[in-house]
Amino acid sequence: MDFQNPPMMDRQDLRDLKKSIDLGFRDFSRAYGEDIESVFDPLLYFLVWLEKLLLATPWPVVLLVLALLAWFGARSWFVVIGSVLAFLLIGYFGMWKDMVATLAIVSVCTLLCLLVGIPIGVLMARSDRVQSSITPILDVMQTIPSFVYLIPVVMLLGIGKVPGLLAVCIYAMPPIVRLTNLGIRLVDKEVLEAAEAFGASYRQKLFGVQVPLALPNIFAGVNQTIMMALAMVVIAAMIGMQGLGQQVLRAVNNQYLAVGFMNGLAIVALAIIFDRISQNYGKRLQKHLDGGDD
Amino acid sequence: MTEASVEIRGVYKIFGPDPKSMVDLVKNGLTKQELMDVYGHTLGLENVHIDVAHRGIQVIMGLSGSGKSTLIRHINRLIEPTTGEIVVGGRNILEMTRSELRDFRRFGTSMVFQRFSLFPHRTVVENVVYGLEIQNIDKETIADRGQRWIDRVGLSGFENYYPAQLSGGMQQRVGLARALATDADILLMDEPFSALDPLIRTDMQDILLSLQEELHKTIIFITHDLDEALRLGDNIAILRDGVIVQKGSPQSIILEPADDYVAAFTKDINRGRVLKVGSIMETQRLLDGPQIERDMAIEDALQIMIKTGSTKAIVVDNTEAVGSVSLDKLVPALARPEISAGLKD
Ligand SMILES: Nc1ncnc2c1ncn2[C@@H]1O[C@H](COP(=O)(O)OP(=O)(O)OP(=O)(O)O)[C@@H](O)[C@H]1O
Ligand SMILES: [Mg+2]
Repeated sequence: MDFQNPPMMDRQDLRDLKKSIDLGFRDFSRAYGEDIESVFDPLLYFLVWLEKLLLATPWPVVLLVLALLAWFGARSWFVVIGSVLAFLLIGYFGMWKDMVATLAIVSVCTLLCLLVGIPIGVLMARSDRVQSSITPILDVMQTIPSFVYLIPVVMLLGIGKVPGLLAVCIYAMPPIVRLTNLGIRLVDKEVLEAAEAFGASYRQKLFGVQVPLALPNIFAGVNQTIMMALAMVVIAAMIGMQGLGQQVLRAVNNQYLAVGFMNGLAIVALAIIFDRISQNYGKRLQKHLDGGDD
Repeated sequence: MTEASVEIRGVYKIFGPDPKSMVDLVKNGLTKQELMDVYGHTLGLENVHIDVAHRGIQVIMGLSGSGKSTLIRHINRLIEPTTGEIVVGGRNILEMTRSELRDFRRFGTSMVFQRFSLFPHRTVVENVVYGLEIQNIDKETIADRGQRWIDRVGLSGFENYYPAQLSGGMQQRVGLARALATDADILLMDEPFSALDPLIRTDMQDILLSLQEELHKTIIFITHDLDEALRLGDNIAILRDGVIVQKGSPQSIILEPADDYVAAFTKDINRGRVLKVGSIMETQRLLDGPQIERDMAIEDALQIMIKTGSTKAIVVDNTEAVGSVSLDKLVPALARPEISAGLKD
């Protein structure tokens, strides 16, 4: 018995196995790639439309909307002024167009993650079986190196916006699912029992009690999803996603120090702005819990 | 007894992985301890029978863990019995379909909770009208009725506060208003006042009694406080380890406790103040002597008899003589009864 080398498949067989998987998937993507791609067309149109809209809007209007959003979310002059200033600087250093592209893709991704993730979280909270079958999938989504799933995505959909979008979503979706599930499960059992005692139906309990009481947690999930989407823009740039990430990638490839730093910092600025706005909004949602008056 | 609107018949509740198959064992005399040690199941309720008088206040008493919350939750099926029947208004509620049960909970019963269980994200008024919203009533009726109940429990001006901004007593007023707003006939109250300070608790009892005078609900009221039970209860049932050990009027429970457990509950009360002349009088009529109302406390009756220097008195019910009492009956009633050896366990 050889204790130095663990038992191993025959080299030839192994090569054949890998080859047949590759070929099989290639055939599959040749046959269905276009159909699958067309499924995502509406998403692509929406993304392109949003990007064009943002670019067509005069910059003072964009800043105004940003300021309003910041005020509505964070209720803090500091955040409002900080956000506007950051956007002005980004424009001043010539990154406006790339930033808009990044903004558009992060918005669309977040929206998609919420649309898909929140219902999944709700289902998980409803049944332990669903929870125990989805949790491992989420674990895989979060731990598998992003480059690995870029391969099949690119084979299937080629290079471009949609595959980038999908790659970002795979990475950014788990937090919103997990925190929706957690938030609903953490709702006080006694309060839920009260709703039950008054004859609330499943829907009335879900929308009237569970979701509102889970909102602070759901918002923490939204916040994390946005952050993770932003973190992915550089990696997604490798498969052709436009925006600040693309510039960072270009800088890495060509050793452009200034470009790299500027675009990197722009991403950080976006992250901080989004984080402050969504986090403060989430905090305000649970104000009723500590008896503060408003 | 008047028409019973809630009847609990032979209810067993066993907690554990396979309760159904444990029922026969318990019926054949397996004890709670054996059930736990040998089979790993918890005996929550054992062969409970209670007929709740229509429009009366039925108190259920027992120490912590005796199964009070478990029992009251059977009446609106928040907990399903392992076996037994629960009949409300002539209808076995265990046969209801899901939607019938939902309507029964919406229109037939309402509940007040020990830890209030208010909706923290809803304001006072939104909490009060919760049951009405669930019933899908129109907005104007909801607003009207909500305001009426808020005024009735003395919360006017606090409509837009959140529960966390209110004191415990005020929160439970919200809980009470929320339960009353749906106009359900049956009110389930699981230790509603136990979490409150003694003074506030007395206040809340007053509110409940005055409401009951005009509303005449069928109330099932849980408490572990005998004073509260005596004050509110038309009938009292005492629960011990899931078994009803005694049922009866408050007076009979004090006068004839069924066992040590019940006697322990009653030992600290002021018997002279709680016991009524009517419950120890003899039916033999007297011709002369001072007159005493039948629901006068023994303490006060003694006072009158000592003042007038008589050893006997006529017991009257609205000036009509219904019986008599003598000092040698009144005085022993003040002493705690001996537990007869046969009833001890
Ligand atoms: N879901 C459950 N699973 C297992 N055992 C339970 C369950 N619910 C209640 N029990 C047990 O049943 C018994 C009665 O509990 P219950 O809550 O009805 O008591 P209680 O009289 O309301 O007490 P308290 O005064 O503390 O509220 C307890 O021994 C408890 O451990
Ligand atoms: Mg209890």
